[in-house]
Amino acid sequence: MSAAAKPHARELKSDARRERLALLGLCSPALALILVIMVIPVGWLFWLSFIGESGDFSLENYARMIDNKSYFRIFRTTFEVSVLTTAICVLIGYPLAYFLAHLPQRMANLCMIAVLLPFWTSLLVRTYAWLVLLQRKGLVNDWAIGLGLWDEPLKLVHNLSGTLIGMVHIMLPFLVLPVYGSMRAIDRDYVKAAANLGATPTQAFWQVFAPLSLPGVLAGSLIVFVLCLGFFVTPAVLGGGKVVMVSMQIANNIELFFNWGAASALGVVLLAATFAVLYAASRIVKFDQIIGGGHGGS
Amino acid sequence: MNDATPAKAALPISISRLTKTYGKVFALDHVDLDIESGEFLTLLGPSGSGKTTLLMVLAGFTRPDHGSVRFGDAEIIRSPPHKRNVGMVFQNYALFPHMNVAANVGFPLKLRKVAKPEIEARVERALETVQLGGFGGRGIDQLSGGQRQRVALARAIVFEPRILLMDEPLSALDKKLREHMQIELRHLHEKLGMTTVYVTHDQREALTMSDRIAVINHGRLMQLGAPKTIYERPANRFIADFIGESTFLPVEVTAGKAMLEGREIRTASPPEGEGRRLVLLRPERLHILAGKAPAGLNVFAATVRDVVYQGDSFLMYAVMAGGQEIAVRGLTRSARLSTVPAPGARVKLGLDPDETALIPDDEAR
Repeated sequence: MSAAAKPHARELKSDARRERLALLGLCSPALALILVIMVIPVGWLFWLSFIGESGDFSLENYARMIDNKSYFRIFRTTFEVSVLTTAICVLIGYPLAYFLAHLPQRMANLCMIAVLLPFWTSLLVRTYAWLVLLQRKGLVNDWAIGLGLWDEPLKLVHNLSGTLIGMVHIMLPFLVLPVYGSMRAIDRDYVKAAANLGATPTQAFWQVFAPLSLPGVLAGSLIVFVLCLGFFVTPAVLGGGKVVMVSMQIANNIELFFNWGAASALGVVLLAATFAVLYAASRIVKFDQIIGGGHGGS
Repeated sequence: MNDATPAKAALPISISRLTKTYGKVFALDHVDLDIESGEFLTLLGPSGSGKTTLLMVLAGFTRPDHGSVRFGDAEIIRSPPHKRNVGMVFQNYALFPHMNVAANVGFPLKLRKVAKPEIEARVERALETVQLGGFGGRGIDQLSGGQRQRVALARAIVFEPRILLMDEPLSALDKKLREHMQIELRHLHEKLGMTTVYVTHDQREALTMSDRIAVINHGRLMQLGAPKTIYERPANRFIADFIGESTFLPVEVTAGKAMLEGREIRTASPPEGEGRRLVLLRPERLHILAGKAPAGLNVFAATVRDVVYQGDSFLMYAVMAGGQEIAVRGLTRSARLSTVPAPGARVKLGLDPDETALIPDDEAR
């Protein structure tokens, strides 16, 4: 009776189920990959971090982080470098994205290639290039002294400033892209309407354009900040051992002391800190905006 | 002041020699146009005609090549948009998505440093004017299309500008709501009395709402006049074609007479000049003649090709012996469909000389 009242109901339902299964089948290689290269190693590190030097279950790897003042300093340096890099990226990247978003589309695409160009060069090469540029007898010091900007060679590398210069350079595209995306999504008529209603260009920017581009700024800042937290190559090369970040301490623990437990515990804490930052951010911005990188429009 | 008080005196707009080119294309080609104080003037034209460019020049968003625009006595051609003090309703409304209704409507007042309690009072009054009293706390994304339209209108009139610009404000609404809003906007204009410049490509909307219509094409002002004049005495074929339905019959004017294949076509006013003209045939003005034609009418003989049923009316396409096509519209109330001639039938179509207009044949341009 039901088959007569609802013709083909069962067949249609099974068709829908088959389509869902096919979709799942398509992404199963990626899912398997994530399982192998993400979940299993992280789980294994998590387990290692609770194994003491004697080989038994122990909290000594975590206790060391609390007892030893140098660990606190390392975490503080990591956060300081990350916050500073993010802030400088916003200061430099926001005007750049604003400029790009107001160019004609074709010009903007060309300029965007210029912004993305560094991505296609090895990170290591770019970092060593900065080393060459910034050293005592490097190009920057030579030119600045030649132009009379300063008299003595400045110490630009093997310290915090060198680290920041290198990291800002590498992180900038990660900020510019989402900010540019969110700005492109802002209807030009909003700014026109503000002007029509009596807003000076400055008022129109701060009261209409800036709030509407904010989701993009938050998204970009978050990406930059989280990437900075785990950054290794650039601070290691340009910091000259004076700027020790968590990732470098992890490397030290393994390469110098061969202490996997201590390294794992640091990794776990860093991961937890990253999740905490992401969670806090998700309370402010919706996650689809971070991934989509734009304001929903009108 | 209470809300029945019209805005401060409305301002006339005087446009002269206004020109804007994009490359070699004229978006505005030496436009001269005087808009009277308190008038509802519609800029009507197809897309790309320059009507929106003209509105954008008035608002200050587009910088013209040269020309003059005066609001009252003041030349404003070089003033930036935020100093022009004109209200504007955008096509997509441009309501700020990060502000609620009250903040949107209060925005121009806040910029003018109006005291907070007064802002609240005036915002509520503006919302009541557009029949959205009590909606101040709503978010923009909680409003329907028609409500957004009203909020945009409230925001444009809350600071009592003396000139109001509207850029196809109803084009995003469905037909029923659009027709309702046309009447409402018209009432609001009568109540507030500000000079209103309204852009549309919808000829029926222009006929419904305007005091005068300025027909624009290729960046030029083609005709300026009351809706009735524009419809019944179009200045050229483009306007006749663009506004309403029409078919054209070519005639020769010689010695003050319009001749169609050897017969004289009588017109409301005697034709001037010499040469080729077009008889403008509006489908609803033609009668299908039964039996002997009454004296004095212009009569056209034709063969019915198609009859299309359109609910309230029917549309009949007929072909004359010379191959020219004529469309005839009749109300289904006055003629039962069974009495409408069938395809293949020969019919005589009558047109009152008072309703017979000749227009120049500008097709060649």
